Amino acid sequence: MTNDVLIGLISIFTAGITIAIGSIGPALGEGRALAEALRSIAQQPDESGTITRTLFVGLAMVESTAIYCFVVSMILIFANPFWNQYVA
Amino acid sequence: MDIQTLTPDEEILWEYGLVVINKTIVFTWVVMLAMIVFSWLITRKLSTGPEISRWQNLLEMTIEYVRSQIREMVPRDPDAYLAFIATLFLFIGISNVLAVVPGFIPPTGSLSTTAALALCVFLAVPLYGIASRGVLGYLRRYIQPTVVMLPFNIIGELSRTLALAVRLFGNVMSAAKVAAIIVGVVPLLFPVALNLLGLLTGVIQAYIFAVLAMVYIASATRVQQQSQPNEEENT
Repeated sequence: MTNDVLIGLISIFTAGITIAIGSIGPALGEGRALAEALRSIAQQPDESGTITRTLFVGLAMVESTAIYCFVVSMILIFANPFWNQYVA
Repeated sequence: MDIQTLTPDEEILWEYGLVVINKTIVFTWVVMLAMIVFSWLITRKLSTGPEISRWQNLLEMTIEYVRSQIREMVPRDPDAYLAFIATLFLFIGISNVLAVVPGFIPPTGSLSTTAALALCVFLAVPLYGIASRGVLGYLRRYIQPTVVMLPFNIIGELSRTLALAVRLFGNVMSAAKVAAIIVGVVPLLFPVALNLLGLLTGVIQAYIFAVLAMVYIASATRVQQQSQPNEEENT
């Protein structure tokens, strides 16, 4: 197996694994946050505006961990430093 | 953005020696120009009477909204922070919203832009902190609650800057990327829904960037006597 095949193989495999594992945690966390927010809205419908706004901000912050994994996998595929070094 | 390129940095329009004009720079100029011309046209004929133009109303609403948001976080006059925070919010927000215009690539979808914005926040925190508490008062923040926390405070300061940059870049870039992939798979109607979601995420990300910048500045400028809980977030 030559070097370029090896680098390509490992990069693509790792990119898939990165986003697959990295999206589990944020998915569970966002589900929990949404469930709690819905429960709070059911208990206090008057505060739904504040709860929704805070929920959106919180979701975006939780989601950023998944986004980091996405960025890493995109870098592995499109801007792989090892690949560029090998090709150049 | 098509599916092959990661950032608009790679699409070079004009090059002469060391001077490279890529799409990020051009679209940043477009956003700046749009904002400046728009504000200049509106503020040319302001009125304080009961009848105001609808555009003046829009600007006043925006500024008043940012002011009220800042006032919730710092118990001081919001105008000291208004220029910085509102500039961040409006620039990022308008860049992200204009992403639905065909051919426009949001400059916030490039790591260079977001890193520059995060660096501005990184520099603004000590500037505001020193301005309100003095050099020693600001530096004392690093050894609180004990001296042992010094390296962690410094690492936190650096990592939150990195997180600020990568979060914005990742969100805007992923919206464009996923839209490009979906256009290749299901070209009818689905990209519209994704673009709608992208608009929502774009505005929320602009809001989050501005709010986090404000939280960091507020935690640096907080007077010591108010023993409020530490709100610093190092996500």
